[in-house]
Amino acid sequence: MPNKKNYINGLPDPSEFKEEMLKKYPRKVAKKRDKAMIINDPAEGQEILANVRTIPGIITQRGCTYAGCKGVVLGPTRDIINLVHGPIGCSFYAWLTRRNQTRAEEGDPNFMTYAFSTDMQDENIVFGGEEKLKNAIREAFEIFNPSSIGIFSTCPVGLIGDDVHSVAREMKAELGINIFGFSCEGYRGVSQSAGHHIANNGIFKHVVGNTDRPRTGKFQVNLLGEYNIGGDAFEIERIFEECGLTLLSTYSGNSTVESFAYSHTADLNMVMCHRSINYIAEMMEEKYGIPWIKVNFIGADATAKTLRKIADYFGDKELSAKVEEVIARESAKVKAVADLVKPKVQGKLAMMFVGGSRAHHYQELFTELGVRVVSAGYEFAHRDDYEGREVIPTIKIDADTRNIEDLIVSKDDANYRDDLVAKKAKLEESGYEFRDYKGMMPDMSKNSLVIDDVNHWETEKLIEFYKPDIFCAGIKEKYVVQKYGIPLKQLHSYDYGGPYAAFGGAINFYKEMERMLGTDIWKLVDAPWKHEPEIVGSVTYDS
Amino acid sequence: MLLRHTTSNVKERKALTVNPAKTCQPVGAMYAALGVHGCLPHSHGSQGCCSYHRSALTRHYKEPVMAATSSFTEGSSVFGGQANLLQAIDNIFTIYEPDIIAVHSTCLSETIGDDLGQIVKKALDDGKIPEGKHVVQASTPSYVGSHVTGYANMLEAFVKYFAYNTEEKIRQVNLLSGWVEPSDMRELKRIAGLMDIKTVLLPDTSDVLDTPMTGEYKMYPKGGTTVEEIASMGNSMKTVAMGEWGAKSAAVMLDNKCKVPFSLTEVPIGLKATDRFIQELSLAGKISIPEVITEERGRLVDVITDMHQYLYGKRVALFGDPDTLIPLTEFLVDLDMKPVYIVSGTPGKVFDKRMAAILDEKVPEAKYKNGPQADMFLIHQWIKEEPVDLLIGNTYGKYISRDEGIPFVRMGFPILDRIGHSYFPTVGYQGAIRILEKMLGVIMDQQDATAPEESFELVM
Repeated sequence: MPNKKNYINGLPDPSEFKEEMLKKYPRKVAKKRDKAMIINDPAEGQEILANVRTIPGIITQRGCTYAGCKGVVLGPTRDIINLVHGPIGCSFYAWLTRRNQTRAEEGDPNFMTYAFSTDMQDENIVFGGEEKLKNAIREAFEIFNPSSIGIFSTCPVGLIGDDVHSVAREMKAELGINIFGFSCEGYRGVSQSAGHHIANNGIFKHVVGNTDRPRTGKFQVNLLGEYNIGGDAFEIERIFEECGLTLLSTYSGNSTVESFAYSHTADLNMVMCHRSINYIAEMMEEKYGIPWIKVNFIGADATAKTLRKIADYFGDKELSAKVEEVIARESAKVKAVADLVKPKVQGKLAMMFVGGSRAHHYQELFTELGVRVVSAGYEFAHRDDYEGREVIPTIKIDADTRNIEDLIVSKDDANYRDDLVAKKAKLEESGYEFRDYKGMMPDMSKNSLVIDDVNHWETEKLIEFYKPDIFCAGIKEKYVVQKYGIPLKQLHSYDYGGPYAAFGGAINFYKEMERMLGTDIWKLVDAPWKHEPEIVGSVTYDS
Repeated sequence: MLLRHTTSNVKERKALTVNPAKTCQPVGAMYAALGVHGCLPHSHGSQGCCSYHRSALTRHYKEPVMAATSSFTEGSSVFGGQANLLQAIDNIFTIYEPDIIAVHSTCLSETIGDDLGQIVKKALDDGKIPEGKHVVQASTPSYVGSHVTGYANMLEAFVKYFAYNTEEKIRQVNLLSGWVEPSDMRELKRIAGLMDIKTVLLPDTSDVLDTPMTGEYKMYPKGGTTVEEIASMGNSMKTVAMGEWGAKSAAVMLDNKCKVPFSLTEVPIGLKATDRFIQELSLAGKISIPEVITEERGRLVDVITDMHQYLYGKRVALFGDPDTLIPLTEFLVDLDMKPVYIVSGTPGKVFDKRMAAILDEKVPEAKYKNGPQADMFLIHQWIKEEPVDLLIGNTYGKYISRDEGIPFVRMGFPILDRIGHSYFPTVGYQGAIRILEKMLGVIMDQQDATAPEESFELVM
């Protein structure tokens, strides 16, 4: 058991601990888990096993393809009816449980507070559900009058052979609105990740490029992979506006289908969550010549760095000056709070096991506070998110992921932006980095433990070994970890707080860390009589 | 407006469900399995279901909810999930060491036709189930019934697997309840204790989903009905089953398998349902009703008469599960309130019959519906047609409550935004007082918030 006070000179080597964790597993399981746990050395190019099938019975954190497609990518879009084709559960569980905030003007469509389902019954399984699906679409159209409807397939749909795509085509012709389907059955792929890919393909095929609109600003950008949890995108939108950037579309926090349709007229794509949306970034570059850069708005320093990178891309003096002005003003506010909080929390230990991007992004915020991340990992990221995009050519697509379609995209001659391609080439010469993501592992300390698809057993052992001061994960882990007397910060739902993005978000997060790491509440766990001798004696009646 | 597209213009729907007043079977099976000691629920399907069900229960209880999954891939969906389940059973017993694995299915494994019984038998034949350990299985297709059906199916499976009649009559009564909270389970046991009747309650989620903070995590908390207790249910004098949907099938199974007779009553919510429950319990245990129970009842009636003026004639809309809605509706009618709109997504013919018996004479204007398209969109449309004074249901009701300015009491599953349901019961006479307290609280809060200053009351 390491003494965390000694961590000042670097993290201890967890090799023995790792062996101890693996010892419990059946041989085959141990072999596989061994490759999914890396004792990090940023100087070495280490390979992690990721995006492979989940081990049955291991108690994973993972969800399914439907969750990745409907829940994550399309769920936050307010003006589309997301119709779930399946039994009721899938629709019910994805109903308002992710905190994608949206601001719809009065009179604008907003379907996000609704759950729409075909509520399949046994006769639909036996005789097929296509007729019910068609009728549900007609009823939704008649009652809600949406401009578009997305159909989401759940597990049984693929098995019984309902063809949601042909139903979509038929209904689109009948009703004259945009209707498209997603084959995001829960069993496809190995996690939410396949659902992201399927959603990206669907939006790209059926929506992107559908409408043109005249330029509305000098610097038109899209923000990809930002879902406005707890108002993150609102805070980023505020900063953009102050800097003079025109945000055409966000995929997909606070978004509309309409905004996706003209997003191909942007000058730059910025990728926040690399895992969920890099596909659209790549496809838009191929088809329209729009370059993309990786950005990070989690952390004040990261936000400043990102804003400067955007300004450098446009190379406009006025924009650069505005960006510096905003950074200076906002950083001062952030620093005032950091100066108060940092002395109280620095040196504490954190670990984080979150989805496919936050386990990396949030390390920036902890670094700003002097909190050390001893272990981290993703549920469903791929090797490029751990090791950097340079490893993509070496990633082998295995049998479980092979059936996820890769769209073949060709150049759109009418809308292709040769000017942007030339701009990109010129900037690259001067060392500006496009379509580049270096991954989480190079940013983590030597001897930190990187674990993919962490499970319950490993979570218990991690707590026992590291005794972290704070654990970051999701709702399923929260109360397990807290029973140990260790606070857990949900980095999916933010524990119903936020925003944590950009400058205002950093301030919120610092204060939240002050609360969570500074409280004495955990010292109340033991009753006083646990450590003090009990009073011996008795009260008796004299009768 | 949060639900800006909902209008009063009700159009009949045959295919589209909007804002369901139910969810799917497996979460009920998972909940029931957590009420058995040393048991790890297992979801035989793709892993999304399991994560969703664990999350839903966790958000409701603010407690750890453990379950494993077979984690189907596309390959297993084509060739069957036998290999996944066998591997899962091996991994679970090796790594997590439960006494029992309670397997339920999903729409995926049901559609492909996996035979859980056969797979479990193979696990046994292959020596994958250690000595003294158990694997119980229930079929829980999500496209049949609702979460309540899944709860009932898992209960039935436990009884079928464990209960035996060894011809040794035990002076005890089996209690099977519909889906209620750990606090309600605790209250049922307290009532039986007051009456001095030995009971076995299945499932029992108290001390599982309301565990204390000790600084130590226990994967299998001290609560839950034990295997020995379930086994002994086959030798009991009688079973009191509370709820047509949640409890009846397990009672029938006990009767068929072990010849333990049962009486079917309702979940004891409110005055009359609790009266009937107490009477059934007294008959089953052959014990007269003690004075302390009569006193508890008297305190409830006292509160009702004291507060009658605030309740009389109030129009109420409610949604939820049939086993709890039926006695709740009856209670509201007893309070001279008017439960005018009632929906439940859970199908079943008894619903209409019971609602008709309770409402047709006393509240002839009442509209009630269950099954397909009996959803929260419908009840909201009814409310838009003619408003109500009170809304009772799970957390999703808060959107309607805010849009329409209706006082709102949270009851049912899931409650995601308040605590209390796992700590304070709604069953029994005590629970009825708590329901009254909650209703009066929101009704009076609204009066306080909206009364003109000159008629703002100090004493109410």
